[in-house]
Amino acid sequence: MTAPGRPDPDALLARVVEEESRARRGRLKLFFGAAPGVGKTYTMLEAARAAKAEGVDVVAGVVETHRRAETQRLLDGLEVLPRRTVEYHGTTLAEFDLDGALARRPGLILVDELAHTNAPGSRHAKRWQDVEELLGAGISVYTTLNVQHIESLNDVVAQITGVVVRETVPDAVFERADEVELVDISAEVLLERLREGKVYVPEQAARALEQFFREGNLIALRELALRRTAERVEAQMQGYRAAHGIDRTWPTAERLLVCIGPNPASARLIRSGRRMAAALHADWIVLHVESSRQRLSASDRDALGVNLRLAEQLGARTATISADDVAAEILSYARSQNVSRILAGKPTHGRWRDRLVGSLLDRLIRGSRELDVYVITGEVDEGRPAAARREPPPVPAGAFLRTAAVVAAAGALGLGLRSWVNVTDIAMLFLLAVMVSAAWDGARPAILASVLAIALFDFVFVPPYYTFAVADASYVVTFMVMLVVALSISRLAARIRGQADAAREREQHTAALYALSRRLADARNASDLAEAVSGQVHETFDAPATVLLPDDAGGFAALAGGPATPGAAAQGVARWVLEHGQPAGIGTDTLPGADALYLPITSSGHALGVLRVECRDARWARDPIERQLLEAIADQAGIAFERAALAARSEQEQMATQAERLRTSLLSSLSHDLRTPLAGIEGAASALKDGAEGLSPDARAVLAQTILEEARRMMRLVSNLLEMVRVESGALQVQQEWQSVEEVIGVALLRLEERLRAHPIHTEVPADLPLVPMDGLLVEQALVNLLENAAKYSPEGATIEVTAALDAGQLVIGIADRGPGVSPGEEERIFEKFYRSTVYEQVGGAGLGLTIVRAIALAHGGRVWVEARAGGGSVFRLALPLGGTPPSLPVEDDDADDASPQPERSRAQS
Amino acid sequence: MTEPRPVVLLIEDEPQMRRFLRAALEPHGYHLVEAETAREGMGQAAAHNPEVVLLDLGLPDLDGLEVTRRIREWSLVPIIVLSARGQESDKVAALDAGADDYLTKPFTVPELLARMRVALRHAAQRDGGSDEPAFAVGDLQVDLALRQVSMRGEAVHLTPTEYKLLAVMVRHAGRVLTHRQLLKEVWGINAIQHPHYLRVYMGQLRQKLEREPARPEYLLTELGVGYRLRAE
Repeated sequence: MTAPGRPDPDALLARVVEEESRARRGRLKLFFGAAPGVGKTYTMLEAARAAKAEGVDVVAGVVETHRRAETQRLLDGLEVLPRRTVEYHGTTLAEFDLDGALARRPGLILVDELAHTNAPGSRHAKRWQDVEELLGAGISVYTTLNVQHIESLNDVVAQITGVVVRETVPDAVFERADEVELVDISAEVLLERLREGKVYVPEQAARALEQFFREGNLIALRELALRRTAERVEAQMQGYRAAHGIDRTWPTAERLLVCIGPNPASARLIRSGRRMAAALHADWIVLHVESSRQRLSASDRDALGVNLRLAEQLGARTATISADDVAAEILSYARSQNVSRILAGKPTHGRWRDRLVGSLLDRLIRGSRELDVYVITGEVDEGRPAAARREPPPVPAGAFLRTAAVVAAAGALGLGLRSWVNVTDIAMLFLLAVMVSAAWDGARPAILASVLAIALFDFVFVPPYYTFAVADASYVVTFMVMLVVALSISRLAARIRGQADAAREREQHTAALYALSRRLADARNASDLAEAVSGQVHETFDAPATVLLPDDAGGFAALAGGPATPGAAAQGVARWVLEHGQPAGIGTDTLPGADALYLPITSSGHALGVLRVECRDARWARDPIERQLLEAIADQAGIAFERAALAARSEQEQMATQAERLRTSLLSSLSHDLRTPLAGIEGAASALKDGAEGLSPDARAVLAQTILEEARRMMRLVSNLLEMVRVESGALQVQQEWQSVEEVIGVALLRLEERLRAHPIHTEVPADLPLVPMDGLLVEQALVNLLENAAKYSPEGATIEVTAALDAGQLVIGIADRGPGVSPGEEERIFEKFYRSTVYEQVGGAGLGLTIVRAIALAHGGRVWVEARAGGGSVFRLALPLGGTPPSLPVEDDDADDASPQPERSRAQS
Repeated sequence: MTEPRPVVLLIEDEPQMRRFLRAALEPHGYHLVEAETAREGMGQAAAHNPEVVLLDLGLPDLDGLEVTRRIREWSLVPIIVLSARGQESDKVAALDAGADDYLTKPFTVPELLARMRVALRHAAQRDGGSDEPAFAVGDLQVDLALRQVSMRGEAVHLTPTEYKLLAVMVRHAGRVLTHRQLLKEVWGINAIQHPHYLRVYMGQLRQKLEREPARPEYLLTELGVGYRLRAE
């Protein structure tokens, strides 16, 4: 733990990181006021002119002068960025041109009215998001803001003034601003200004603003603005103290849990939670527990989504859980998260419900034990749209008919059994019918069934028969009981169905994620992964999906589903998503007019790609449950892609390491092979030089021989290496001529005369072999290598056989030895570069000879291979294509020219 | 009586090579004159009138081929060119331009001495005017006057072309003859584009004369250059 007085290292690090990122960001100065008309724009312009006078590059991005002469005068002399015109529903709007500002890149830009909502078609939904982007690009911004625009104060202001302001700015923006200047005037002065007509009042809102501009309101607003500014100063003070190791006055380990529902009153709850969390310097979590008894309708889901997004904007962590017992679930979650306080809303329904079904709040409080429970008022603000009534899923008309049929069937059965059974048993039959109907068709048909059952029971089975009258009053009790039972059954059945539905949906989501993870595990490369992801998304959501990965050219390549190259618009959105790591498109706050929903695929904090999902409408994209699943899929995809990338990199590095290792071992073996003969030569030569007198002629001869042999050995090695280099560099040129194989063999044998002394050579070359097109020198080199090989591995005195023969359009030269032979399975490997027999390490050579032979064979269009030999040893065969008929010879007469009296020898070949 | 030592002109730019040749030739009675560059060499040739010229093809200032041509303009002195393996075309060009023989580096002292002997003998024969009709090497005997060829005492029948070919080689015994030279002498100038004639006829000669045609003892192939009849 940190010692008291020492700053917390994590906090310090966070500060350093923040300061670093601040250094790159532009600086944001907020001109803050309690109400419109206090003079924020005016003050901002004054400050801007002062900055300009100091040499700062100032541009007015968007400044609302409201046609006031004094403000307009201040604007003169400042460069004004042209607005962007947007057509919207027949009207032309002049919006702030974000791209123009980014392109212009001034040192300081003026952006009035931070809370403004941008026209549809703009990149961001809100102007404060535009400002964020400007700051991120390193441009400093001056802007104006009223206290009622701050998110967490929005409801308080609404309470004070009775006017709900819809355009809000998240608290984080206010808090992260580098400077906040409070433009403060007293309420009287402001009212005076209003009277003098110096305050801008849009005509439509005139009446509302009359209510707004009451003195009491203005005083309250002023206090609010002052207090908020003071809080900011306090926070700065805290930061200062933390950085300098001064003890915090109230260290706290509190954590808050705010329980919300789709009810708009929850928004207020969330804001209260935020204020409390801020005051306590505590983390806070916003939780929604969906009861499986009461499934949410689509509009409820939307409202819940709105609330959850609000919570996130205000800085909370959010969670959505589904459970049977809501209270128990809340408590268990709270405990698992080490929550210290729970905030819940006051009940808005009547007390009779609590009596009947039990109060959630009650259970919560009773189960809270060590946790504090705060119950906050949840009155609905008038300005907000009323919560939609919960719409149960529509019931097909056929269900009702079926219900009626079931009841009728029960009635018929009862009629049939009338004689044998009691009337109470008939009642049971009807209850059975109700239960069946509830199980099949749900709550409302079951209610219908209950009513029908009782009616039918009364009509047919209760005296007087076939009327609705009742003779015996006790039957009324029966009816009551039956009704209650029937209704309970319907409710139970409905609840079970609801649970089943919830479980099924959960199971579907889990199954989808599981299926995805299995598909991802199978995928081998990036495109397989992309296929798996887009396939899964398509299956689960019935929405075509594409995975977009950045390619080297700075664009995007679609890896699965959809066209290979996405359109320019899609590329633009994808680029934004990739850079900011935030979702964009339908259902989000950024580029909501795009053609699809774009989610970032991230891993380890940075975005790897983009998942593009074509959704049917914005509502589906906003549904928190669906979004959660989509984001979970995107997360899995991110992990899988990163894993694939890492695997590829690891493989590359492995190969590089292996290549490196091979090179090193090669280098060391070559170095050894070159140094050894040199050492021998040097030794022998120096012995000859220095010990000349003491050496006998024989000794001298031996030394000289050593030098000669070692020099020749080196020569061979060097030749092979050079030949290899030629082969590798593609410089192996075959100069074809009609050659005699006999001659080439002869030359090779002559070259190796000394080396082959220990081995008798036997040749079998037919005399009638045709001339073969080949490069004589290359083939001779190949034969030399093969013969050397044979000599190396043959025992002394063993014969080496050299043959040449025609075989199926090829000329095959064979070199056979009685050496150890080639191990089975190695027949191909021996031709590889630098391959040396593992069994015979002491045999020298770089392992290149056979490789060169193969290269020469291939260059001629032939081949070389090795066969095992009966009786031990191997036969290497070099095959060269015949290449057609050799050119003809001139005819000559065959006169005997010999003057010798000896009988003629025929020209027949032996 | 001591014969005057034959003068050998060595035109070689590498000092190690000169050192080696000096060490190889002087013990055998040759007097070495050395030159490092082509121009120096030609000057020395004119000054000393050597019996044999050893010419390195890879000289710094002038191409060995050019040196050969220039020397041949005014002298018939035997020229032996020294070159590295794999530069057959240079050797052939030099031989066709008038050089008498060649040596491929690295070569041994015996090889060098043998070539020099052959070169000197042919020069002497030419100068002396005597053209010995009888030639013998190993088991091979050729009588140019009687046009008789015998191997191990037994007469061998050759066709006219075969004989002509053998005769040319005998007249230049010990020296290399390029394909071009042989083709020109045996078949005429138009035949120099048909080296396969030579291959076939040499093959036939080997069949008739050599014990093991694939390992000839007398009719040696110089791959890429020509043929040589062993002389000793």
